[in-house]
Amino acid sequence: MLQLMRYLKPYGLTIIFIIALILLQSLADLYLPTLMSDIVNNGIVQQNTGYIWKMGGFMLAVSVFGTIFSVLASLYASKVSSAFGKVVRQRVFSKVESFSIQEFDKLGTASLITRTTNDINQVQQVILMILRMMVMAPLMCIGGIIMALYKDAQLSLVLLVVIPILIITILLISRVAMPYFKIMQKKLDRINLVLREGLTGIRVIRAFNRTAYEAERFTDANKDLMNTAVKVNQIMAFMMPLMMLLMNLCVIAIVWFGSFRIDMGEMMIGDLMAFIQYAMQIMFSLLMMSMMFVMIPRAQASAVRINEVLNTEPTVVDIATAQSNDSDKANLHSYQPSSAVEQQSRAALRGEVILSFDNVSYTYPGAEKPAVDKLSFQCRSGEVTAIIGGTGSGKSTIIQLIERFFDCNEGEISFKDIELKDWELHALRNNIALVPQKTTIFSGTVADNIRYGKEDATDVEIKQAATVAQALPFIERMEQGFDTVLAQGGTNISGGQKQRLSIARALVRKPDLYLFDDSFSALDYKTDSALRAALKTYIGDAAMIVVAQRVSTVMNAEQIIVLDEGVIVGKGTHEQLLQSCDVYREIVQSQLSEEESA
Amino acid sequence: MSKHPGNGHNRPPGGRPAGGPPGFGPPGMMPGAKPKNFKATLGRLLTYLKPFRLRLVIVFITAILSTLFSIISPRVLGHATDVLLAGWQDKFNNVAGAAIDFKGIAFILAILALLYVVSSLFALLQQYLMAKVAQKVVFQMREDVNNKLGRLPLKFFDARSNGDVLSRIVNDVDNVANTLQQSLTQMITSVVTLVGIIIMMLMISPLLTLILVLTLPLSFIVIGAIAKQSQRHFKSQQDQLGKLNGHVEEMFTGHTIVKAFGREKQSIEHFEQMNDKLYDSSWKAQFISGIMMPLMGFIGNIGYVLICVVGGIQMINQVITVGDIQAFLQYARQFTQPIMQTANIANIIQSTIASAERVFELMDEEEEVEVDNPSATSQLKNPQGNVSFNHVKFGYSEDKLLMQDMNLHVNSGQTIAIVGPTGAGKTTLVNLLMRFYNLQGGQITIDGVPIDQLQRSYVRSLFGMVLQDTWLFNGTIRDNIAYGRANATEQEIVAAAKAAHADHFIRTLPEGYDTVLNEEASNISSGQKQLLTIARAILADPPMLILDEATSSVDTRTEVQIQQAMNNLMHGRTSFVIAHRLSTIKDADLILVMNQGSVIEQGTHDELLAAGGFYADLYQSQFANGGSGEVELE
Repeated sequence: MLQLMRYLKPYGLTIIFIIALILLQSLADLYLPTLMSDIVNNGIVQQNTGYIWKMGGFMLAVSVFGTIFSVLASLYASKVSSAFGKVVRQRVFSKVESFSIQEFDKLGTASLITRTTNDINQVQQVILMILRMMVMAPLMCIGGIIMALYKDAQLSLVLLVVIPILIITILLISRVAMPYFKIMQKKLDRINLVLREGLTGIRVIRAFNRTAYEAERFTDANKDLMNTAVKVNQIMAFMMPLMMLLMNLCVIAIVWFGSFRIDMGEMMIGDLMAFIQYAMQIMFSLLMMSMMFVMIPRAQASAVRINEVLNTEPTVVDIATAQSNDSDKANLHSYQPSSAVEQQSRAALRGEVILSFDNVSYTYPGAEKPAVDKLSFQCRSGEVTAIIGGTGSGKSTIIQLIERFFDCNEGEISFKDIELKDWELHALRNNIALVPQKTTIFSGTVADNIRYGKEDATDVEIKQAATVAQALPFIERMEQGFDTVLAQGGTNISGGQKQRLSIARALVRKPDLYLFDDSFSALDYKTDSALRAALKTYIGDAAMIVVAQRVSTVMNAEQIIVLDEGVIVGKGTHEQLLQSCDVYREIVQSQLSEEESA
Repeated sequence: MSKHPGNGHNRPPGGRPAGGPPGFGPPGMMPGAKPKNFKATLGRLLTYLKPFRLRLVIVFITAILSTLFSIISPRVLGHATDVLLAGWQDKFNNVAGAAIDFKGIAFILAILALLYVVSSLFALLQQYLMAKVAQKVVFQMREDVNNKLGRLPLKFFDARSNGDVLSRIVNDVDNVANTLQQSLTQMITSVVTLVGIIIMMLMISPLLTLILVLTLPLSFIVIGAIAKQSQRHFKSQQDQLGKLNGHVEEMFTGHTIVKAFGREKQSIEHFEQMNDKLYDSSWKAQFISGIMMPLMGFIGNIGYVLICVVGGIQMINQVITVGDIQAFLQYARQFTQPIMQTANIANIIQSTIASAERVFELMDEEEEVEVDNPSATSQLKNPQGNVSFNHVKFGYSEDKLLMQDMNLHVNSGQTIAIVGPTGAGKTTLVNLLMRFYNLQGGQITIDGVPIDQLQRSYVRSLFGMVLQDTWLFNGTIRDNIAYGRANATEQEIVAAAKAAHADHFIRTLPEGYDTVLNEEASNISSGQKQLLTIARAILADPPMLILDEATSSVDTRTEVQIQQAMNNLMHGRTSFVIAHRLSTIKDADLILVMNQGSVIEQGTHDELLAAGGFYADLYQSQFANGGSGEVELE
């Protein structure tokens, strides 16, 4: 929480101003009972009507100022807390955008979303509370005590007894109740879980006729929740009546002892009335503060989660930012790849090495074994390199290393003869187009989604990419065509359609290297073969890396790399591998019946 | 889908803190949803309260008593002050033998203490009793809804997002619970307090009461004006927040793409624009709702000052006493709170009834009708697994039929391969076979008996189902396998696991069969999950099977195991296989080729090839591409 407070620094002056305003407001509030006691003491007792009118007017004036201070304080407090939320949100979002995949895996996407949204709202809310109430409560409390002492120090001894009792009671009740709140949250989560399982597995439950069993499971969770909820609410039932009782008994004590003070002539009747009001103010501010103690731990948990994001440094460092002072070096490569010279020399590059892995190893943080171990291979322009292997064999890791979503631990990867680490990230990725395993569709039109691959793509280019990706038929079938608005996550189109759009997005980029990470899985056969035929001519001299699980997808590649548990166990064409590589043969046999593989 | 059901409300479980500090959205500030049919819903909600009539009456009585006692107390305290002042004044005026009547004061204070204790006791009792009533009512509601879900047809779930259903059962029911716990009694106490205070004040001084009541319209105007403004800004804040959250969610889930295509800058720029707008509406909403308290306080102060002044003058004229003024001031201070609360109540009631209505809506959904003809055969003697479709007519909606006239005859033990592109309606077949959906015409029979004459649950028990979309629940592996059949013995479970090639991997897990699968079942691989679902089906030992063949996310070795396990499972059973591998398709006794929801061709591999239709086309095109592998249809 404190760490986040540094974002309040720019508003230091405003905050001081807010505190000053609240101080003034509290003073005004505290002054009113004194004025009232003056009315009683001097006006009523001495039967001075003019005095009463005068003081009444004075009280009204004080009240007006108090209100003005309060409204101003509210204005600035709202502005500061909202600004705080804005700044923190900004920082967190920018930070997350700079993260590599590794940080995403570590913190979790869903968690990052909550941190950026809910957690920040939570903290912002508490900041507002602090600015409005938290500052006010202690001021009122201290002010009340001072005024009480000023009115009658000896009578204040009553407060000395009552206040600790009040505090102890609050602490005691929250001590008893707090653990139950936590348990209650767990039970709520449990009932949610049972419900969700019941909904997602509805077909299975029905198929196995286990509706009754599920209902029982739910009833158990429900009963459990009810029992805890009853307990929590019963404990909380004590809170308010007990507090009120304590306050009221305090008033009685004040009147009782106060009457002795009056008897002794140490105190006036109006003072006693004012004193009671001060005592009330003190106790209410204590209650208010106790409420803060409930709010702050909740915000604290959020603050910790936010800080965790802010304190995470991306593992992949862009040369552009790392050497921003040494700009010459950065510029050296950043413009080179997309230059016209490069475009022209492309033809000459056909068959030449565009990407090379040299003894590359990568171990996921916390993993025992490397995900890929001492990989060496090369990809050439105009050729297809296929990577095949089982789950966990490290195929996707290779793709992510090429995109530099994380850096290899050992060895060297170079693209166009320049080591990846020496590329400016933006420039590097400009040269590559990825079709990921999991398709991502953004909310927006079909055209927007394709244009995501190349911001300045013309309509012709987009249509061409869609044609090659076999997306044109279904796009044209839609009423609005390319202007059809897709929902977030593309929920209004099918999996195969999403995949084709995802491919079109990569194609429109026209890069030097295409990465297909198991990207044809949602396509039906006809589409798949049509797409592949169209791809060949469209891609031209660019290189292509295709990750796949299925032999049919890879067998025509110029080079097939067989991965097994992170190690290359075979490299060559389909025919070569059938001869030389056991693992490949095993894969082929498991997928094809004998006559077909021959 | 709401990711955090239960987090939609940020109140402590105890409910809304009464008169608590205004937070992000103080109750009553937010525009609440309006119920469609207020009266009917309220009536239904009341039926839930019926079993607790007696308790509720006690709760109401205690609430009223507690309030009454607390209303009387300031007046009593005023008397103490009067006695005190009388004695003091006599002393001040040097009346002979004058002294403060401590005995009298002590007596009054003792009564006062008693009043306070009794009032607190009643308040405590009331909340204590209400806790049980409220929680039991919502328990019953949750039970009813959940049981209802068990009786709803699949059609209902397919047409609705899980998030929506969850939200109704969790958030809406919770909303009702909070109202019952807090607001119901608050309504009563507020009204009693308001009336009680007015009576007490009238008893003290009609003139002062009139003055105070005159400030009321002012309060209403202020409340109304502010509430209107703040609702507008809160709504705009909520909209902006929703947009911003949407952007965050989209960008973070699509992070790989954002990075790969280098669009971080645009994403941040877009975010900044939204963030600025959010800031704008956010501070306005907070500010406007924040000035409610000071302004109400100010109006309160006006009344306070007027009472001091007018009361003072009246006192000089001996119309009332100091104690009266003191009591009156206390009443005046208590006056605004119940007013604000009553103003809020309308909102709270509205949102509660709206929540209850959403819950009841769910309860009113049309249920699955069991057997049309219950007297008919309820069980088959010795189910063989002969399945026939006779002139089956079906569509998800009446006007859009997917199957016009489907006929199919499968003999016991045969394997039927279902092939076709994505969205061809393969799951439709599953839905019909298992009676998840009803036909619009025609008949499906098992061993000659139409399935709509059999109990739904019985029909389902005849099928084993292994889908790609594995479903396992949060529990031990043993429990998950045993799900296939209640009361399975340990030996049977292990035997099923062995037949499913799952025993080996289960034993390599540190806890073996006692390994608890976590919520997402992410502690085992997807291939292993599939093996478990096969074991589950083997244990169930049904005469017929519905299978979904291996997926692309499984590695080749596990795939071999799954294949073998499936072969074990299919042995001697009638099997409907949603097929992806050519070998399965070729070996099938019958191939159903589906497209756009209906079966367009059926026959054996050779027959279909000879026919030269859609299937032949599919088959040929794969050879044109290099002649290999499986038909990638999914």
